[in-house]
Amino acid sequence: MGSLFKKMARSQLAIPLFALFLLVVFNLIRDPEFFSITIATNNDGNAVLSGNLISILNGASAIAILSIGMTLITSSCKGQDISVAAVAAIAGSVFVSVLRANEITIPVFLLAFLLSCVVSVLFSLFNGVLVAVFKIQPMIATLILFSAGRSIAYWINGGATPTVSSPLLTSIGGFIPGIPIPTPILIMVIFLILITLVLRFTNLGLYTQVVGINEGTAHLNGISPVWIKLIAFIISGVCVATAGCITVCRIGLINHETLLLDAEMDVILAVAIGGNALSGGKFNLYGSVIGAYIIQALTVTLYAMKVPSAAVKAYKAIVIILIVVCSSPVVKDFVVRMYKKMFKKQPEKEVQAKAA
Amino acid sequence: MQNDVVLSMRNISKSFPGVRALQNVDFTLRKGEIHALMGENGAGKSTLIKVLTGVHPKDSGQVFLNIDGSLREIHVKSPYEAQNLGISTVYQEITLCPNLTVAENMFIGRGSYHTVNWRQMKKRAAEILEKLKIPARATQQLDTCSIAVQQMVAIARAVDMDCKVLILDEPTSSLDEQEVARLFSLMRDLKARGVGIIFITHFLEQVYEICDRITVLRNGELVGEYEVKDLPRVQLISKMMGKDLEDVSALKKSQLMAEETNEPPVYEAVGLSSINCSNAFDFKIRKGEVNGFTGLLGSGRSESVRAIFAADRITGGKIRINGKDVKIKKPKDAMKHGIGYLPEDRKRDGIVEDLSVRENIILALQVMKGFFRPFSRAEAEAFADKYIKLLGIKTASMDTPIKSLSGGNQQKAILARWLLTNPQYLILDEPTRGIDVGTKVEIQKLVLKLAEEGVSITFISSEIEEMLRTCSRLIVMRDRKIVGELTGEEMTQDNIMHTIAGEAV
Repeated sequence: MGSLFKKMARSQLAIPLFALFLLVVFNLIRDPEFFSITIATNNDGNAVLSGNLISILNGASAIAILSIGMTLITSSCKGQDISVAAVAAIAGSVFVSVLRANEITIPVFLLAFLLSCVVSVLFSLFNGVLVAVFKIQPMIATLILFSAGRSIAYWINGGATPTVSSPLLTSIGGFIPGIPIPTPILIMVIFLILITLVLRFTNLGLYTQVVGINEGTAHLNGISPVWIKLIAFIISGVCVATAGCITVCRIGLINHETLLLDAEMDVILAVAIGGNALSGGKFNLYGSVIGAYIIQALTVTLYAMKVPSAAVKAYKAIVIILIVVCSSPVVKDFVVRMYKKMFKKQPEKEVQAKAA
Repeated sequence: MQNDVVLSMRNISKSFPGVRALQNVDFTLRKGEIHALMGENGAGKSTLIKVLTGVHPKDSGQVFLNIDGSLREIHVKSPYEAQNLGISTVYQEITLCPNLTVAENMFIGRGSYHTVNWRQMKKRAAEILEKLKIPARATQQLDTCSIAVQQMVAIARAVDMDCKVLILDEPTSSLDEQEVARLFSLMRDLKARGVGIIFITHFLEQVYEICDRITVLRNGELVGEYEVKDLPRVQLISKMMGKDLEDVSALKKSQLMAEETNEPPVYEAVGLSSINCSNAFDFKIRKGEVNGFTGLLGSGRSESVRAIFAADRITGGKIRINGKDVKIKKPKDAMKHGIGYLPEDRKRDGIVEDLSVRENIILALQVMKGFFRPFSRAEAEAFADKYIKLLGIKTASMDTPIKSLSGGNQQKAILARWLLTNPQYLILDEPTRGIDVGTKVEIQKLVLKLAEEGVSITFISSEIEEMLRTCSRLIVMRDRKIVGELTGEEMTQDNIMHTIAGEAV
């Protein structure tokens, strides 16, 4: 029992999981029906699942996918890429401009996605080269695209905010006919499976952590820090393109100014809530994904409590401060000390009782 | 005579948890002298300086400073206080702000200025620079100056604060000859003005060029204070190392003489050089041979073995492995050819502190196996388990982060990492530094056992007996050059010291 508690307390996932658990319990007490899932019929006449749980899982997909790339960059480069949302706007613009130039069929759709991936990876590599080769601090290096990215997206579609509509897009952003689960959730699941396979069948996890913890050792053991960092940026590029395209499909238009606006901060927050040090080193990808769901669950909860949308951010901030403070080493040490005190006192009392 | 003394430290003792860093050390500095503070790593030089400048509080002892002609006891509690008393330090790494101007660097954080008179500051800085003949302009940004000039600006800053005692902690280690000469002329200038200078360096030549007096420390104890002219180099070295020249009887000769065969050497380099080891050198090692690089710290021994492993960027040279020409341009090439390298700085280059003992042990073999072929958990655990038992690594479990192990056990884990790769040539740079005696002996035994099994080993240690006990050939280095090679009967402490000192054997 004691060792299980210790193991749990030491695990990086303990606090994010506990926070998620508290959110669930809070909602269940407030409204036992909160997580009930109903089957509704949508505009296309499909039977689909709906409910708060579905909207949490669905709404967090983009942030969760972005947080995978962000975690790898954070771990290896000891810093964050703040340009992900702006690059997603570029990727989305490329996606839309290819779709609008052609009749939307499955091959054209795939081509558009592929092209947006390539563009996004190239921009991400631009960041990567600045960080890995020129050793510029990640936040400074990515500040360039953070501020210029949306302007580049503006040029791609000539300053317009064109709409695209096609049943194909609705099935990616919404539901595939016949499947009651929103497609973004399915894409997220595919990403999770992929990343699990990559971590299982390659040394990406080990190498990334070694580079993030001690570059000197990495170099002397034949790991190239530059390559590992570039790989992190390439993977992040694919994540960024996917998140951008999903969002375009969901809303059916590209607005270079508002697409995933401020998402980079939510993504970085997700990484942090997941128990990953923003100073790099050890990481847990699942922690970041859970972090993304916590943020979204919080938002949905606040809306369900009829908190005005302008005030949501302030309430979110309070909860997040609580989570971050609770997972700080200072508080963790304190908890462990208290726990030890409680457990040590008991045997002493027994001894005294026996002596008496 | 008493008036001559600027600084006097009496019976200084200082302990850190588990280590007695200083034990009843006396130190006296006279007006207008350059006083060398000598000793090998861990001798207590920097602790003494840190006690003097108030970085560490002393456990016991007294410090006296000459204030207005008489010695008064002082209690320095912080470097800032030390500066105000006239004790200034210039460290090896420049501790100024590179993006401020020379004048700003000379005046920031000083005295009680709440407002700055920029014009006056510039004028004053220009005066000092001219007086000390420092080739820099007051308005120049500091990082546009050469390292030597930056060093001099740091000194100028110290001197202008009316300093009585100037401490130079390895100021010359990153300077070239010309720059050293310029720095020395500045030091002579200051000496003539009556400043007492404490000079810490690893370069023997420089001690004999500029110093008046030498204080030698060893293992936290005072060995003695000497006039430079009374202490020949060989004696200085033997005092630093703590071995009398005659005392060679107790040593056991290594039994591992490399047999002369027609087999090509396991590793052979011709004209090898790297960015940190600019003097090209030749080197070879035979199967099952244990050889070593020896010399004082900073003599270039670590840089040489780093070049063999391609740890620094290689700038030239030809490599043959078992008689075949190969290219070794980066550590991974060296690993592919069966070379392992245990680095000198365990913390910076060896361990991955937050990862587990298991991950640390399998790291090198894993990299050699390839990115797409990770070991399964069971395989990794089997490897880690085997070596934890084989080397007797004391750890709570193989999943414990390596940073929570003791230094000796961390070192064993890194050694395990390389043994796991089954190397044909293993380079061990200071494998026994900072670890307890028992582990030291274990590691020495392991070296000899590996050699018997046919592994070639290059061994570096600051402890000369350790080298004599394990090596069958010694390459002697001084001031970044190979100055001699000793084998068999020639390998005695006397000979090593003579060769290091650069005198005929």
